[in-house]
Amino acid sequence: MSEPGSAGAAPTAPLVRVENVSKTFRVAGGTVVAVDDVSLDVRKGEILGIIGYSGAGKSTLVRLMNALELPTSGRVFVGDEELTALPEKRLRTVRREIGMIFQQFNLLRSRTVAANVAYPLRLAGVRQPERDARVARLLDFVGLLEKAHSHPEQLSGGQKQRVGIARALATNPPLLLADEATSALDPETTADVLALLKRVNQELGVTIVVITHEMEAIRAIADRVAVMHAGRVVEHGDVYEVFSAPRTDAAAGFVRTVLRDRPSPQTLERLRRVHSGRLVTVQVRDAHGFTAAVTRAFAARGVENEVVFGGISELQNRSVGALTYELTGPDAAIDDALADLAAQGIQAFDEGGAPDNGELS
Amino acid sequence: MDDFIAALPTFWTAIGQTLYMVFIALIVAGILGLALGVALFVTRAGSLLPNRAVNIVLNVIVNIVRPIPFIIFVAAITPLTLAVVHTYIGASAAAFAISLSAAFAVSRIVEQNLVSVDPGVIEAARAMGAHPFRIIVTVLIPEGLGPLVLGYSFIFVGLVDMSAQAGVIGGGGLGDFAITYGVQRYNWPIVYITVAVIIVLVQLGQFAGNALARRALRR
Repeated sequence: MSEPGSAGAAPTAPLVRVENVSKTFRVAGGTVVAVDDVSLDVRKGEILGIIGYSGAGKSTLVRLMNALELPTSGRVFVGDEELTALPEKRLRTVRREIGMIFQQFNLLRSRTVAANVAYPLRLAGVRQPERDARVARLLDFVGLLEKAHSHPEQLSGGQKQRVGIARALATNPPLLLADEATSALDPETTADVLALLKRVNQELGVTIVVITHEMEAIRAIADRVAVMHAGRVVEHGDVYEVFSAPRTDAAAGFVRTVLRDRPSPQTLERLRRVHSGRLVTVQVRDAHGFTAAVTRAFAARGVENEVVFGGISELQNRSVGALTYELTGPDAAIDDALADLAAQGIQAFDEGGAPDNGELS
Repeated sequence: MDDFIAALPTFWTAIGQTLYMVFIALIVAGILGLALGVALFVTRAGSLLPNRAVNIVLNVIVNIVRPIPFIIFVAAITPLTLAVVHTYIGASAAAFAISLSAAFAVSRIVEQNLVSVDPGVIEAARAMGAHPFRIIVTVLIPEGLGPLVLGYSFIFVGLVDMSAQAGVIGGGGLGDFAITYGVQRYNWPIVYITVAVIIVLVQLGQFAGNALARRALRR
């Protein structure tokens, strides 16, 4: 899939292009639309996260990228090849150039670790001793050289996924598809495997598509993210842009799993029991002196303010989060202060004061 | 007991005939049944080479042949036996009939074992660009091997059972010996001795199968 001199190959030229793709499955008593008119680019060299709850269609979408599934309509391009126009025989050759790792690792139990990694090399016709050398290099890269002669069942989950990664990289593919690769692992092992994927991206220059329902995986390694819901990509873009200001419930739901957002109704109720003032939640933006600016705006109108809930996290080295303030002072002054914030482009949500006054500003 | 000692040379021949029939059948039925079982499995919907028509035809054939009692099956395939073995009596003719009949039973056992192979592993091989035939040989069969070996040792018992009925077409063997020298002459000790030998054979077969399966499963 090298493309010497292909027309205007910009640094961000897409490696994978999904155009108006739909995939319908026939099931007993009807059809299920797994992927619904999705268009998406995977840029060369990036890590693209595709996040969604189970059943959102993300696993089907990623299988369209290596033609394990063929779309009902639409076109899929990888590099210069249009997968949707190739015969099965050519697709097998294309698949050899696309690595894939899985939630359940899918290692061959009948083979040793080394033989698992060697399997795609055998398929590609790589002979001894070249094959042995590549296997050793790959196992060394994932830190499992000493396990070469073990069998998969002797390894921990994290080790199995490392073998899966070594196997997926055996043919030096420019693209790696990771289907819920960390979902069966504990948090610590997840972090290790994500760090390894980041290394694969940065040191080997492999473009990676990460399918996950875990926000943590996206936060840790993705450059861009696509949020899937009911077969559609409902939001996509730079990870910070999407998650610092989610526009859909699906995206907002994922944000809440790792970042402090507006307090839930239950939390609000608890807060109101101990705080008699008006509660206002301010969306944190990544700007130097952000909280100082907020405090100044309140002080200028003579409004006392205290942070009672919330937090600031970082996403791609930028601040993101939400802070809920308790404001005490005349209602008019508070309204003026909120208007001042809005004028500065700072989003604030009025959570109200009394229990019967919970409408948004 | 004197009768038994007198019949001893025939007894040794009978053991040889049983072993001959069982081992020929184990190998031939093993290979034919494996091929048929793999075909049954891979032509299923959603499998490696889905083909509804082929799958239905294979299933119907297997379902027709399997319930036929062996003793009738042997008689029914006489023309085929004649064409392949050039005779329809004797141990070789019996081995042929046993092989054919057992192949259909083996095919179901193979199919059932392959269903239990993790579909994720097959998908991984597809994702690596492997041809379906290559997946069958290098992934499907090796991954299902442990349970397959156990299935084969299960079939071994059935083969010994079938070989005991081979007497009707002059196949000889321990079953024939027990009937001719034991049952028909009311010589029960001969029947018991023969049955004991058959039990030992079955035990050895099962033992060997278990040992091989343990190796394949590494447990």
